[in-house]
Amino acid sequence: MSLRTPLGKVLGHGSAGDGVSHWWQQRVTAIALIPLTLWFVIGLLRRSAGKFEVMQDWLSQPWTALLALLLVVTLAWHSKLGVQVVIEDYVHAKGAKTTMLLLSTFIHFAAAVAGIFAILRLALS
Amino acid sequence: MTQRPLSPHLGVYKFAYTMALSILHRIMGSALSVGFLVLVWWLMAVAQGPDAYAAAIEVLRSGFFKLLLGGWALAFIYHFCNGIRHLFWDAGVGLERHQARRSGAVVVVATLVLFALFICAAYCYVPVTE
Repeated sequence: MSLRTPLGKVLGHGSAGDGVSHWWQQRVTAIALIPLTLWFVIGLLRRSAGKFEVMQDWLSQPWTALLALLLVVTLAWHSKLGVQVVIEDYVHAKGAKTTMLLLSTFIHFAAAVAGIFAILRLALS
Repeated sequence: MTQRPLSPHLGVYKFAYTMALSILHRIMGSALSVGFLVLVWWLMAVAQGPDAYAAAIEVLRSGFFKLLLGGWALAFIYHFCNGIRHLFWDAGVGLERHQARRSGAVVVVATLVLFALFICAAYCYVPVTE
């Protein structure tokens, strides 16, 4: 016997209330990160990363800036989703869990905005 | 609230090395989340200008940070390879036990090979783009 309502079954949102959207977004960002991270790592290794002028020149080119923006946003979102699962799985005290989830969200959002700001400033100045 | 057991039930399974690979994926992923903050800090240093960048590079080139950067490189390579393994599973491919064990071994070998290549690239390779 199931205690689930017919409406609940049809909607398929489960106990979390948002169905598979978290799981799905984790996969979509993972797939996007395969080419984006490869591009960034190879691009970095091919250049003298210690030299300011080299990095400034690279990051201020339009295509580099575009890909770097995509990388920062996708990384932040993928990381936020991942850290959320880790906290939900291992922190069981309600207060600590909520606090850590909030902190993680704020830090990820701030980091994403900082990354976007830095890239735009390099690309548009 | 009732004190019912919550997943993941870590203590009830006999150890298999695929479990270690699974928890490593999470540990490496968590480490990379911290690495993401360092990446943003580095981007901000470029945006701030030559002086801030020189200071940031000095920090990144210190012995302790070099070790950390090597760790993040290893974490990235592992999470990258094992993440692709997970994507295959999500597509319904390779879920049999012997397949999962074999793909796990492939991930470990690929990680070690790519990490060795990375170390070579970081230390031996002279960049052509100046």
